Amino acid sequence: MPTRTLTPGTDVLDRALVVDPGQRVPGRASGFPLRREGPAKLTGAAKYTDDLVFPGAWFGTTIRSSEARATLRAIELDPDVDWSKVVVATAADIPGENIVSSIKDDQPLLVPIGGEIRHVAEPVALLAAPDRETLRRLRGRIRLVTEPLEPVFDPELSDHVFAEYDVKHGDPSAAFAEADLVLEGEYRVGHQEQLYIENNAMIAVPGEDGGIVIHGSMQCPYYVHNALKRALQLTSVQARVIQEETGGGFGGKEEFPSVLALHASLLALKAKRPVRMIYERHEDIVATTKRHPAVVRHRTGFAKDGTLVAQDIEVVMDGGAYCTLTPVVLSRGVLHAGGPYRCPNVRLRGRATRTNTAPNGAFRGFGAPQTEFAAEMQMNRAAELLGISPAEIRRRNVYVLGDTTPTGQLLRESVAGEEVLELALGASLFERVRERTRREAAQRTGSGTIPTGPLRTGNERRATGIGLALAWHGAGFTGSGEVHLASVASVELAAEGRIRVLTANTEMGQGTKTVFPQMVATELGVPVDWVEYAPQDTAEVLDSGPTVASRTVMVVGKLVILAARRLKETIEGRSNGVPFHEAFRDDAREHGATRIDQKFEPYPGVVFDDATYMGDAYPAYGWAAAVATVEVDLDTCEVQVVDVIAVDDVGKVIHPILCEGQVEGGTLQAVGYATIEEMKLDKGRYLNDRLATYLIPTALDAPHIRSILVEAPYSGSPHGAKGVGELPMDVGAPAVVAAIHDATGVWIHDLPATPEKILAARHGERAPAAVGPGKAA
Amino acid sequence: MSAYRFLVNGAPAEVEAPGMRRLLDVLREDLGLTGTKEGCGEGECGACSVLVDGQVVDSCLVPICQVEGRIVRTVEGLSLAARERGSLDTLQEAFLDHGAAQCGICTPGMLMAARAYLDAGGAADDGAIREAIAGNLCRCTGYTKIVDAIAAVAKPLD
Repeated sequence: MPTRTLTPGTDVLDRALVVDPGQRVPGRASGFPLRREGPAKLTGAAKYTDDLVFPGAWFGTTIRSSEARATLRAIELDPDVDWSKVVVATAADIPGENIVSSIKDDQPLLVPIGGEIRHVAEPVALLAAPDRETLRRLRGRIRLVTEPLEPVFDPELSDHVFAEYDVKHGDPSAAFAEADLVLEGEYRVGHQEQLYIENNAMIAVPGEDGGIVIHGSMQCPYYVHNALKRALQLTSVQARVIQEETGGGFGGKEEFPSVLALHASLLALKAKRPVRMIYERHEDIVATTKRHPAVVRHRTGFAKDGTLVAQDIEVVMDGGAYCTLTPVVLSRGVLHAGGPYRCPNVRLRGRATRTNTAPNGAFRGFGAPQTEFAAEMQMNRAAELLGISPAEIRRRNVYVLGDTTPTGQLLRESVAGEEVLELALGASLFERVRERTRREAAQRTGSGTIPTGPLRTGNERRATGIGLALAWHGAGFTGSGEVHLASVASVELAAEGRIRVLTANTEMGQGTKTVFPQMVATELGVPVDWVEYAPQDTAEVLDSGPTVASRTVMVVGKLVILAARRLKETIEGRSNGVPFHEAFRDDAREHGATRIDQKFEPYPGVVFDDATYMGDAYPAYGWAAAVATVEVDLDTCEVQVVDVIAVDDVGKVIHPILCEGQVEGGTLQAVGYATIEEMKLDKGRYLNDRLATYLIPTALDAPHIRSILVEAPYSGSPHGAKGVGELPMDVGAPAVVAAIHDATGVWIHDLPATPEKILAARHGERAPAAVGPGKAA
Repeated sequence: MSAYRFLVNGAPAEVEAPGMRRLLDVLREDLGLTGTKEGCGEGECGACSVLVDGQVVDSCLVPICQVEGRIVRTVEGLSLAARERGSLDTLQEAFLDHGAAQCGICTPGMLMAARAYLDAGGAADDGAIREAIAGNLCRCTGYTKIVDAIAAVAKPLD
């Protein structure tokens, strides 16, 4: 529960509004609308893709490569099987281009004969059968004939570059020469699985017009729509995409659903009947995108007082076998790599390369959690070396109004780094607790057991630590992304007097279906229940862009509000000033339907040059601070994250409960990233490819999370909102690792900070070599 | 194939199925009760949790032959009495008020685990509630609001 009981030490707190969600009233959700589809989800009535029944539907599956890199010579069907009872589809069956439409056209739907297999579990052929038993029996009777090629697993050794950026600001070389402290550091982060609890799922239904209707779990219906049109040579009408209830996405259902929708469609067209492709967990982990692993190298110059004078940062990301969204992930990673700190002399270099592992893609935070972990590690290590507190070094460097970022962006407004920092420090009693943990650490020194000595018991074994992290997160798409998207959202007064919001933005748990009607109802002055949210069906709604990048409320929300205002003006104009809520039913009877389509207009004064990578990288930034408290068992080095205070500036809180839900959920994903979520690979193959072996936090692993919401509004949005979804993901991991340091005295440079790594570091050893791409287990 | 008889949400059910057919598939496909979800198929995530004779089980790990003559409760049965009045039961209501359901895919299983805890007289104790739902993974909420919702309808701590 957020709280107002703070003991601020400075006046900055007066500038930020801390949102008080107030008391919960049964059936009222604190005076805000209840989750619209909540009752359906709570009674089991909500229909997710796998819950839908299509009479006569067949089941589909994917035949995948077992090698990381090879030439596909042939696909052999066992001659003892009667293949006429099932359907097999290969690249030869694709009517259009064999391309999964994305940024680059490098990924095929299916590897063609003579083509190159580029990762383990790459789709090569598809099989559909009337029942699951036949499917299981026959999938092993399709054999791939391949010739192995030499794979590349180390992104730093790969010569195939997906994207590269180089941003320079000031004169880093000269500044390093003058610096009192030059600190170097190398940080590594691995794959992270989104692990939505609903696996990827698609059902393709052939239409009478030769087209396809897709029912599926997805974030971006129009991404799927574009992919279908291109590979299957369909018109915009022949390709129809309907998002069904979606059981979590977190980026994992941003670009990947295009692949599965294409596979299901290809089988459905050939089988001339609906085909269901519902992944099981194992296949979902093996075959779908993960967070990009990265190596981040820092060289940082500080003055004695902790002032940042130079940063030289190199980011290398592992794109996996195909490009997917890698250039944009890298771009966000590089632009956030310096952290939320003013620095006059900066060099930021980033490179993402191709390896023979499954493609990596979107995951909450989109490149920023990787690089901001490194930035915060560097800041915390510098504070230690300079003998100043982690709080103080941030106070000295955090961006304030009027500062300039490395791309030359002047921060003109909505800068709340100081506010979130002070709130987090105050709410966690950071300095007081840290004094205590340091005192305890000092008492342990000299009295603790030595590594080979007898085990301690009880409290002697437990050390408490507290850690702080600060971050910024660019709101909406990077650079000119939104201008290229040119989204359109609509509000309609239908002929029957119904008020409808029409966008392509999906509900996947975050609350789109609740907040869009809420925002429109507020504008129109009608009860929220009078406003409907049209289904995310490409036959009904225009393309308002993808449901990604924390852009829904900020960017599409603005379009929806502006459309509602224009609708209100139109109706009230026709009714000679009778207020909308009294006039709209008569208006609909008299004039029929009125629909307002609102197009995206560039944010005023926001200019970015894609060629030079200079200018306003984002219209505004969200700001986040986290303070984590951990308990570490000094003998086993197991870590329990006890508490996290998460303070997030989201610009404007539309719905406090949903907003807190985003902060709490994002914080726990970050805690998992910091402590237990680790994808192990052997020669390009994921070793822990089941939920029994890839672990995510349970309710017992989860800390108590207290979210404090802050509003520093952005003037480019009518409501001031800047987005919330990704923000908490940037701060959790560095705060936890700083807390582990506070408890144990060791810095863990590679995520996750497993007991093995902490134990090795405490004994002054190198951690056992991580099982990474290409390394044997 | 054999015939198995059991009670589902208070009503008798009879299915013809191989004895090793998963209770999850019987519920979802044979009886059309799709409120129970599959998340992993190997007993790790708890999305398929139902109550058998009041005990929480992962229905993906229970063969139908073990359900003969037993009492099964699923999310669809949670609010049967309440739904006749057109509303949710107190636990579902608390989930809705607290924002304890986001994407909703873990929610049916989570509700069943919570129901078992409450039916066993579980109190509004944070640690005990977390223990009771430790077999149910949620990737959206961070569990905070789920624990709050269950605590709101549990018997108060002395």
